[in-house]
Amino acid sequence: MTDNLADPRDDLVNHLGALRAFAISLTRNSATADDLVQDTLVKAWTNIEKFEAGSNMRAWLFTILRNTFYSLRRKRKREVEDADGALSGSLAQKPDHDGRLHMRDFSAAFAQLNDEQREALVLVGASGFSYDEAAEMCGVKTGTIKSRVNRARARLAELMDLDEDGQMELTDTVTAGIVAQQSAA
Amino acid sequence: MTQPQRARPRNEQADREIDENLKRAFDKVASEPVPDRFTDLLKQLKEKETQEKAKQSEEHTSND
Repeated sequence: MTDNLADPRDDLVNHLGALRAFAISLTRNSATADDLVQDTLVKAWTNIEKFEAGSNMRAWLFTILRNTFYSLRRKRKREVEDADGALSGSLAQKPDHDGRLHMRDFSAAFAQLNDEQREALVLVGASGFSYDEAAEMCGVKTGTIKSRVNRARARLAELMDLDEDGQMELTDTVTAGIVAQQSAA
Repeated sequence: MTQPQRARPRNEQADREIDENLKRAFDKVASEPVPDRFTDLLKQLKEKETQEKAKQSEEHTSND
């Protein structure tokens, strides 16, 4: 290939799903999440010259997305609080089944993490970014991300009262519910 | 009687379970079909730019 001018924007399409999942985990509302992804795509497209060729595009996109999310949230604090209310409302309706860890337990625990902890856990635990990458994305020190992740995990374990072996029987449905809380198909 | 607060030792197994389950949930959402609005948006942005480029190069040619 002699094409040195390969447009990194052609790569955007490969990150749509991950962007959406990240947006849903931040907003916990699929409509808000989709708007967030849309804003992110437009920003990425128009600011593509700021993307360093060869660097991690997903990290770059996630950074744009989270910055957009936080600046939007500062403007619309109340709406986010409503979304949280809707979340706990829907969780309360989940029926208990057997002796397994209940969806309500895990989701409620996840919802109790503060935004920073939840974000750190999603970046490092779920999306597979390194601590360093996550730190850069969030504009904080690596140690800060580490402690957020550790506190998030400890808090989850505590809230769910995991036993000594860490036995936690989570089904796909349960965990999908955490990330895709209000993702209406 | 109050329950004594047990210090919970860091539990690698629990950490792993949390991460694995979150990862599975995340990947599941990430691999869902993406709404058309996003692919459409990218197409539109690209078309718009192609048109602008065509215009620019026309102007260039006429300036030369």
